Amino acid sequence: MKRAVLLWIPLLLLMLFTLFPFWWMIATSLKPDAELYDVRQPPLWVKSATLEHYRELFTRLPFVTWVKNSLMVATAATLLSLVIGALAGYSLARLRFRGATTLGTIIFAAYLVPTTLLFLPLAYVVRWLGLYNTPFALIVTYPTFLVPFCSWYLMGYFKSIPRELEECAMTDGCTRSGAFVRIVLPLATPGILSAAIFAFTFSWNEFIYALTFVQAPAYKTVPVGVVGQLATGDVLFWGKLMAAAVLGSIPIALIYSTVSGHFAAGMTAGALKG
Amino acid sequence: MERRGTAFSLARAATLDRMDVSRRFLGRDAVLGYLWVTPALLLLGTLIAYPFLLALYWSLTSRTAGAAGVFVGLDNFVYLLSGPIFQKTLRNTVVFTACSVAIKLVIGMAAALVLDQAFRGRNLARGVFLLPWIVPTSLSALAWLWIYDDIFGVISRLAMDLGLRREPIPFLSDSVLAMVAVILVNVWRGVSFFAVSFLAGMQSIPGDLYEAAEADGAGAGGRFWHVTLPGLKPIMAVATLFSVIWTFSDFTIVYIVTRGGPANSTHLLATLAYQTAIFGGKVGEGLAVSSFMFPLLLVVIFLQLHFLRRYQV
Repeated sequence: MKRAVLLWIPLLLLMLFTLFPFWWMIATSLKPDAELYDVRQPPLWVKSATLEHYRELFTRLPFVTWVKNSLMVATAATLLSLVIGALAGYSLARLRFRGATTLGTIIFAAYLVPTTLLFLPLAYVVRWLGLYNTPFALIVTYPTFLVPFCSWYLMGYFKSIPRELEECAMTDGCTRSGAFVRIVLPLATPGILSAAIFAFTFSWNEFIYALTFVQAPAYKTVPVGVVGQLATGDVLFWGKLMAAAVLGSIPIALIYSTVSGHFAAGMTAGALKG
Repeated sequence: MERRGTAFSLARAATLDRMDVSRRFLGRDAVLGYLWVTPALLLLGTLIAYPFLLALYWSLTSRTAGAAGVFVGLDNFVYLLSGPIFQKTLRNTVVFTACSVAIKLVIGMAAALVLDQAFRGRNLARGVFLLPWIVPTSLSALAWLWIYDDIFGVISRLAMDLGLRREPIPFLSDSVLAMVAVILVNVWRGVSFFAVSFLAGMQSIPGDLYEAAEADGAGAGGRFWHVTLPGLKPIMAVATLFSVIWTFSDFTIVYIVTRGGPANSTHLLATLAYQTAIFGGKVGEGLAVSSFMFPLLLVVIFLQLHFLRRYQV
């Protein structure tokens, strides 16, 4: 009885609240229009399921293009940020030089600057660099939030690797960079992998930069493609919209199911580890 | 080193010498340190600091989408502060942030207390609970827009089917309901961040504190109040500050669910800035709108660093 009050009932409410929009998304995406827009049908159940909306996404809409763009932008931005972030994170964690603490503070502060504060002037910089309306506009700007994240996250990780291992390697004739590449990076692989997954997700989900910097239909990412192409105008095609929402969410959900254990540390950007 | 023998060719010695020099040079921590933070600093300099200063400057000009405009001092700010739309937006931002963060804090704590208990399927439940945080907000916000639809939306229809209401519920055309609607989406999306932070914090509270409290006769409530809550204080501070930043600068939810409407009653700083600068073409004024995020941002950064140093969390 006590367990029901303290555990099962609140757990049930929590799961209902969490999952309800997903159920509504999936149910809608499977209903034929005739059932979807008939108020006499039960809203929460699917009577005659169809994959028609999904089929249209692939045949009549550039959904595949959006996915390709999202994949390309997220992968490139993630790799770029990992390299820059790992270098910065390592020097802040290990190398002693004047101003290292201040630099760490600056990078942390940069992580907190919201994208919504920067998107307008950044649009100008992107134009000035000649990247407006190309995928590079996003590949170059996503690192503004990914690099601070990766630096801080990896800094915590590098600090947890015993200093003695590198020192041994260096007395054996390895350079500092050699020790970094041969000793530190392999040991930090789990940390680098989770940083990569977070960075990929942030890029995949990013909305305001993609909305502002890329207007060309050929280069739109999934969120902007779906919102811009399907959700403007007075008549919204809910079946297709929800099908796109389901497909845009699944890859991320799958990736996460493999790493949800590392999640707490990652969400707080290494700040809680620093 | 023993290999430095007589059979050493001159050429090889020369290259080794060069390597030694570069080795000694790069081996010095300071040089390598500066070298390796340079890419990050260049990036942050050109794509954060520079646009940031540009924004501050342009907010003092009459810049539009078509023209560079002239320096107008604080005119944009005076104009904004004296106008009803911006005043409303400031109020909305405060209400949205305060309500969302407070509700997320409370539900997040409750969720952490539930998910911290041992039960079958706990890992699955934790994973499910994370879903709203990790899927693209733009897409889940679309699902909420559809939930709120007054004719075909599920809430309206269930209320009517169950006989609770005769008329559809005008979620997005009523100013109060629209604010409630966007806050609910923000809570749904952001609450797992609090829960996961608290769960992590709970692992670091030593078990003997609970045993001691139990020995002193504390019940479950007493243990929560005297052990869990004080133990979570630093993480609560840090998580709340993160959430304040993310919540008051939110754009996606409002842009998709209400577009700031009805009658500007859900506009936040970011959505109003977007509307003013992108749709309205008034870049200077739009930047003045978004620059109101700056003071709060400074306060949060300062507090955040303070907590991080003090607690070393």
